[in-house]
Amino acid sequence: MDRNQLQRQVALKRSSLFEQQFLDSQQFVQLEDLEDDANPNFVEEIVTLFYKDSSRLFQKIEQTMQSRPIDFGKLDDYMHQFKGSSSSIGAIKVKNECSQFKEFCLAGNAEGCFWAYQRVKQEHHTLRIQLESYFQLRKQAGLVRRF
Amino acid sequence: MESSFSSPRNDSFPAGLRVLVVDDDPTWLKILEKMLKKCSYEVTTCGLARDALNLLREKKDGYDIVVSDVNMPDMDGFKLLEHVGLEMDLPVIMMSVDGETSRVMKGVQHGACDYLLKPIRMKELRNIWQHVFRKKIHEIRDIESHESIEGIQLIRNGSDQYDEGYFFSAEDLTSSRKRKDVDNKYDDKDFSDCSSAKKARVVWSVDLHQKFVKAVHQIGFDKVGPKKILDLMNVPWLTRENVASHLQKYRLYLSRLQKENDIKSSFGGTKHSDYSSKDLQGILSVQNSINIQQNDVAHGSYRFSGNNLVAQNADPKSNEGDIKGIVSEPVAEPKKGTTGNIPDSQKTRSSQMDFNSSYAETQKGLVGNVPDSQKIRSSQMRVNHSFASVESEVNLTAFDSTIPATYSWNKIQLEKEHKPLIQLNNGFSKPQLPGPQHHFQADQLQSIPSISSRPSIPGGDVTGSSKSKPSYSEYTNHHGSHVSPTISPTISATDSFPGQTKSCVVDHQLSETISTSTSNMKNQGINLSTDLESAQRNLILGSTSPFASLDDEFQICWYQGDCYGMNLELQNVEFSEYTDPTHVTEVPAHLYDALRFEYPCDPSEYSVLDQGLFIA
Repeated sequence: MDRNQLQRQVALKRSSLFEQQFLDSQQFVQLEDLEDDANPNFVEEIVTLFYKDSSRLFQKIEQTMQSRPIDFGKLDDYMHQFKGSSSSIGAIKVKNECSQFKEFCLAGNAEGCFWAYQRVKQEHHTLRIQLESYFQLRKQAGLVRRF
Repeated sequence: MESSFSSPRNDSFPAGLRVLVVDDDPTWLKILEKMLKKCSYEVTTCGLARDALNLLREKKDGYDIVVSDVNMPDMDGFKLLEHVGLEMDLPVIMMSVDGETSRVMKGVQHGACDYLLKPIRMKELRNIWQHVFRKKIHEIRDIESHESIEGIQLIRNGSDQYDEGYFFSAEDLTSSRKRKDVDNKYDDKDFSDCSSAKKARVVWSVDLHQKFVKAVHQIGFDKVGPKKILDLMNVPWLTRENVASHLQKYRLYLSRLQKENDIKSSFGGTKHSDYSSKDLQGILSVQNSINIQQNDVAHGSYRFSGNNLVAQNADPKSNEGDIKGIVSEPVAEPKKGTTGNIPDSQKTRSSQMDFNSSYAETQKGLVGNVPDSQKIRSSQMRVNHSFASVESEVNLTAFDSTIPATYSWNKIQLEKEHKPLIQLNNGFSKPQLPGPQHHFQADQLQSIPSISSRPSIPGGDVTGSSKSKPSYSEYTNHHGSHVSPTISPTISATDSFPGQTKSCVVDHQLSETISTSTSNMKNQGINLSTDLESAQRNLILGSTSPFASLDDEFQICWYQGDCYGMNLELQNVEFSEYTDPTHVTEVPAHLYDALRFEYPCDPSEYSVLDQGLFIA
């Protein structure tokens, strides 16, 4: 594909991410605006950082869910942190699942928590795939500035 | 970039604004850093609240504004907020994913200039400079109004109005300003002096804060007012405006402590005896939140807050961590290290020895130092001095194991009761500790000859500690015993200090109580064996050490404690927990706090403790 086509693809991909509510356009665009000579791949760096940090939080959540009795307060706390983190890249679907999880926590519903957690992880993973392909496209289209 | 606000940087203001960002989320930290840099601000990032405070303290006047997340792992964002407000008087902006009204309100109550919701927009960050600017303007205006108000006051003879005005808020001030029609009674010279003084942010050092607290206590909390305080403090370069704003914060802090206490009281004192350090930690942590950051600097030394004490027995290491965070405010700790110091006997030892030398030392040492009875000895001596009779009643009662949990320090705060309790030295026979003192027999105190109630024994007296030692050690050993709560403050110094670094705070009381307690303890057969000396030392340290040189400070601390209703009700102090004398010496002020915590005697009591001693 020629460069233009690639670039169009990138644009399309980006739009779809917003339309499908994977990402909040406002926040994502803000991140994009922060890209400059000093940080040409800022968005990708942030996303990478986010995913790296999420695994840490997931670990904590899983540990807490495995302990008996389950400390819902702690769970809620960790999820709250994760929710805040996911808001950094504007991950809408992920954030929604987090809210769901927190509801179950408040209700002390362990089953509900397990279920909601699976959904959080699912969305988290899906988004990752989407973003990875997006960044890949960008590189291919030469949209990523090189040093 | 220049550090001064009104420096050449003004031209490009707000460019170069020095921002400190605190957030435990690395992703957000990076984003915010980038955003702020884009605004041409000078950014410093921090992942922990504690680190942030350290940075701020190290570089006083090194930052213009602080932006912090509400949920931090090591310290509640609101607490950090208070600390910053009290110690550094910087504008603080809170951030959170949670936009619930109650949370936002809490933020504002704690003094946040603004509350931003995540995800944060660039434009919101771009405008943060307005908070810095506004504060400067207000400061200048305050100076003016102070002057004019003062004039009005004189005219009207209503100093209270003035105080009230200051107390309530900038808005009130504004109204009072309007009141003034003034006059330019205060000539330009004064004004300009003030203005220029104003420009430089006042750093409330430990000494300064102590003077402040002392003045407050002397005047009487109800009647206190910026002008009176300023006059008493006798610090030439300080302006009324400085004092007024500091007073405001102090009051906020106290009221929060009060509330905490109330909450605590409702907990029901079940923890009396088995108060594990864990519990204490918990309490301490609560305390911390309560502790207003009054002026960490000033109270720095006092920070020993119970954290250390508490933890001491059980798990010094872990406690340290907790304690650090918890350190209450009352005594703004200029010294960072104190709070967490748990048991480092080595440290304690040295610190103890140097009570006179500095709070810092004390602080560090106090917290965990107990083990050295030798130290206690010396500390004791010092402690005596410092235990100004502020809490006299507490002290005395300390011996009584049953000390009623009511030794609300609050009341005490204003009462400087320098009761002879302190005069442990001879015949301390039970200074009537009203409280549930544990059987501390005064006779034991005799051994604490040096424990003179005079807080001002900066160290000279400490030497005589040998006598007190025994009692102290007893005291310390007597962790388990219920040292009357009253003693707690004092005891903490000596005895239960292991966990209590509050020794200082208690000031005189401590010394007294300590002596008494120690003696009592002995009589009781409390096994103070652990380390009498260290206990003593601790006590001394607690009370004197920081006080040794800082007698005033102690008193001040104490006052703070008082205000906070230090419930010396350590009654149920379980000294057993304080087996580690090292704890005792560490932080005099905190000792009290610690004591309180350790002795679950009464939740309400704890709350009291919390207030005073925890300096985060």
